[in-house]
Formats: sequence, C-alpha cells, structure tokens
Amino acid sequence: MTLPLIVAKSLRQHLLSTVVTAASIALAGGLLMAVWVVKTQSNDAFTKQNAGFDAVLGARSAKLQLVLNAIFHLEASPGNLPWADYEDISTNAAVALALPIAVGDNYHGYRLVGTTTNLFAVEHRPGRKFRVAEGEPFLAGYMEAVLGSFAAQQLKLKVGDKFHPFHGLIFDEKQQHAETYVVTGILEPSNTPADRVIWIPLEGIQNMKGHDAKSAAEISAVLVKLKNPIAGRGLELMYNKQGNRLTFAWPIAQVVAELFGKIAWFDRVLALVAWLVAAVATGSVLASIYNSMNERRRDIAILRALGARAHTIFLAVVMECAAIAVLGMVAAFAVYLGITTVAAGIIRAETGVVLEPFAWQPIFAWVPLTMIGLSALAGVVPALKAYRTNVAENLVPVS
Amino acid sequence: MPLLEVSNLKKSYAAPDGGTHVVVDVPDFKLVAQAQVALSGESGSGKTTFLNLIAGILAPDTGSIKLNGQELAGLRESARDRIRATTIGYIFQTFNLLQGYTALENVLLGMSFGPGADREFAKALLKRVGLEAKLNHLPRQLSTGQQQRVAVARALANRPKLVLADEPTGNLDHTNAGESLKLIREACRENGAALLLVSHDREVLGQFESVQELAKLNRAAMQPT
Repeated sequence: MTLPLIVAKSLRQHLLSTVVTAASIALAGGLLMAVWVVKTQSNDAFTKQNAGFDAVLGARSAKLQLVLNAIFHLEASPGNLPWADYEDISTNAAVALALPIAVGDNYHGYRLVGTTTNLFAVEHRPGRKFRVAEGEPFLAGYMEAVLGSFAAQQLKLKVGDKFHPFHGLIFDEKQQHAETYVVTGILEPSNTPADRVIWIPLEGIQNMKGHDAKSAAEISAVLVKLKNPIAGRGLELMYNKQGNRLTFAWPIAQVVAELFGKIAWFDRVLALVAWLVAAVATGSVLASIYNSMNERRRDIAILRALGARAHTIFLAVVMECAAIAVLGMVAAFAVYLGITTVAAGIIRAETGVVLEPFAWQPIFAWVPLTMIGLSALAGVVPALKAYRTNVAENLVPVS
Repeated sequence: MPLLEVSNLKKSYAAPDGGTHVVVDVPDFKLVAQAQVALSGESGSGKTTFLNLIAGILAPDTGSIKLNGQELAGLRESARDRIRATTIGYIFQTFNLLQGYTALENVLLGMSFGPGADREFAKALLKRVGLEAKLNHLPRQLSTGQQQRVAVARALANRPKLVLADEPTGNLDHTNAGESLKLIREACRENGAALLLVSHDREVLGQFESVQELAKLNRAAMQPT
C-alpha cells in the first residue's frame, strides 16, 4: 500500500509535469502503434487483396501497373487488348473464370468499369460473391449501373437515380458524356476496391460517345480466376516469355509485394522517426523527474526519517516513471485510434482497401510494455539521485 | 538495562579549511525505558546531530549507541532504517509533515515502514491529539498547533520505544507550546515510550524533572568552533 500511495501522491503533487510527460508518451506510443498497424495492415490488405482473382491479363506493360489498374482501380490503363484475347484466355483449360473489364470514364472521380454480369458470379473471398444488396444487377446492353457501396455512399446515389458519366479517369466537368445511366443496384460492402467502383455493362464503356471507334472491339484487361493457381506458371510463360504483345500479371500478391518491397525504405524511415519520438518521450520522463528532484529532497528526507529504506525511495521513483508511462499508454490508445481512423478513411477512399484499427495486434501489448520498461529504465537516473539524498542535510533546520 | 546507552560517541564533519570539525563527542549517556529527559543546549551545540545519530540517520565516526540492547553504530544504513522504522518516533521543530498527504496519511506513513499501516490505530492517535475531525485535511489546511499535533501522532504511530523531539515547540506560540509539550509527554507516557527532548527554551526545560545540559554532555560543544 505504501509504495503505490507514495507514487500516486507524487504524481498528483507534480500534476502538470505528469500530464505533459504522459502526453508525450501518449503521442509516441500512439504514433508507434499507428505506424506499425497501418504498415502491416496495408501490406497484408494489399498483398492479400485480389478481389477474387489470381491474375490479370492486359496490354504489354509493367505487371504492377496492370494490377493497380485492374484490381485496385488506380493508375492509368496501360492500353487495350482485342476482344479475341479475352476469348482465347476464357477458353483456356486452366482458367475457371475470365472477366473482361473496360475503363475510361468516371463520375465525379469514381471510376466507371465496364464488365459482364459474370461479375456477380465472382467469389471475392471464399463463399462470398459480389452481391447486390439493394435493387438489381445491371442488364447487358442497357445503360444501367451497379454501384459499389462506398461509391454509392460518397456520391449519395440510390437505386433509380440517373447520372451522366464524364470522360477520362480524372473528373473534369467539361468532359460530360451525353448518355444517361440509371442506378439499378448497390453492392453490399465487400471491403475490396470494388466498393469504390461504378459497374456498368461492358458495352457501355466500349460504345460511349466520344470514345475511339476501335475501342468498341477492345477491352482494358481480363481478370482471371484459375482452376489451380499453379497453372498460372504456364500462362505466364506463354504470355510473358513466348509472346511480346500482352502481359500476364501473376500471382497478384507477389506483384503487390514487390511494390511494398520497393517502398520498404519509407516504412523504415517512418518507424525510425516513431522510435526517435519514443526515445525523446522517455527522455522527457527522465528530465522531468530528474529536474524535480531538488524540490523532492525534503519529502524524501522525511520519508527516510520515518524509516523508509533508500531502496524503497529508489523503487518509488522508478515506479513513478513507469506509472507516467502507464498513464501515457492509456492515452496512447486514443492517439492510435485517432491516427488510424483518419489513415484508414484515407486509404479506403483512395484504394477501397479497408483497414481494421480495432483488430487485435501483438503490438498493442509490446509497445506499452516497451514504453513502460523504457520509462522505468529512464527513472533509474533520478532514482539514483533520490537514493543518495542526504537525509540529515535535508531535514532542515538543524539546531 | 537502559533503553538507550551511548558511549564514546563521536561525529565530525569536514571543515572548509580542510580539517575536521567535531560536532558530537559524548563519552556517556543513558536513558531508561519510559523515562522523559530534556537536553538543554543553544543553537549549534550539536543537538540535532546527536538526535540524528541516535535515530540512525547519521552514522557515528566512532563510539557505541545501544538501543534496546542492540548496537546501532556498526549497522548498515538499511538496518538502521529498519530500527528507526520500528523503534523510534521523531518530532521535528518544523514538524516535517508531507504536504501532499492528509493528516491521516501522514500518520499512516509513520507506521508503514515499520509495523505496517493500521488505519484504526492511526485514527485513534489523531483522536487522542484532538484531530478526529481533521483526518482528511492537508497540512496547509491546519493551524501550526494542529500540524504539531499531527507530528506527535505520527511519531507515536509505529508504537516506538523511544521518541526523539528536536525543539518541538520552537515554532509554536506560548499557549500552543505549553499545550503541545503536555500532549507530547502524556502521549509518550500512555504509549509506553521514553522521551528524549532537546530544547533551548527555559520554559520547556522547566517542565522536566530530568534536564541535562548538552554543553556538559557533549565535549565538542564545550570547545570553541
């Protein structure tokens, strides 16, 4: 009871420095956890994200550009490929499902992606197909649209609403098409990039007024589901090594992992900054407690005069530093949630990939333990000063 | 057997000129259990140092301090702390109450390092000194006299065999000083503790049957400094 009482009293007596120091720990701890979670969850989410497909077939280009464009609906299309290439691959014995897509238009920045109704047969994860939650799927050949849940929410479009698409992948109000599309359905959330897409029949993109006439017989890419993922090796050899006209991006996870590999230095810099902030924060614990030692000398001397052993005082100071870190780490979870909620919102809006800030991560245990341990370690320096406090000299006055 | 037996006790400090300055040089001093003895001495006569040596706060250069039959002089600091926590109560001139702690918590701390916190006994002590209504008051919310009474209760909190009082009335007015001294003496008597009080106040010293002059006891005090 005595040690906790001494620690609690001291924290209260030095309330301002306790709050400021705990806040710096909260910032550092929150930042560390947020950087780590955003990094690992983004990595996981992107590399595991394939929207239900194993590969992408597209015009000759970098695999990464093809995947980003066809799966994540980012980046520009590397070019078109003839409809015949879709027919070839869709009849290949190794292919379970081939879904042609065509891009080139948007509605207020949200991409229109033309495809077939086979979209609704795709399992974006085992046992979960792209399902229309409200309304009906679009009908091939009609100017109908099914919106991804996020796109519908952001655009405030509902079933029955009509809209005019805009030409290009970037919104330009001067580029409005004359065609009028009607929203026939809204997909249930899939937590995939498909959520931020406006899906329309393939012919819609191909035949949109103002598009190049030859695009009517072309598509942007083919999303491929293989019967056996290993079969991708043969197709890769056929398209990438033996041919020079098309690119077969397979496996998708590896292509994305290469991207993360290229930007790994950025993660390391970010982590280093976070660790530096953590070091500064624990240093502030040391400085704050050490600087207050002069004003604490009398209290320490009184406690010693009452029979407190020097090591008890030492322990009390170390515990006080650890307690500041505990308080800070409690607040750090609020900082973490603030940062990750904002980051998850941006990542979802930009990529459709969903992060889960509330999902359990081992870092939620080891960052607090590390910060508390480092703070306790930082407390050793002022604790030694407290340990060596001269009792007689500080029990003033002397008669 | 005396409760406290001091022999050939010496304590000196380094002097600014590089030499040593002897502060305490007591060849012989004894105090029997439950006795109440006053030591008289002027400022600078080594009173506080003498009490701090007995309390184990300071270690002597040479000599012997036997408290309750146990030799203190050769003990390590932690062992002296332990004896102080269990055997000695200390009342300071400036009370030395912990400002962030309530009256009750100050008294509880007086027993925490020794026999352990006993909330009921702490409350009983504060009731005994007339502060049952001020248990949760901080020192700054108490008058000087009330603070002194908290200090008295705290000194008795560990059920000490010996209470050391260093100019305990030095910061009190005439009326409070008289009442406080009476309280200290009665409380020590009721709790079976011996009292060794140092003061230069003649009125205080006049209350004691046994008064010893530190100037005669302490050979260092006789020397010009």
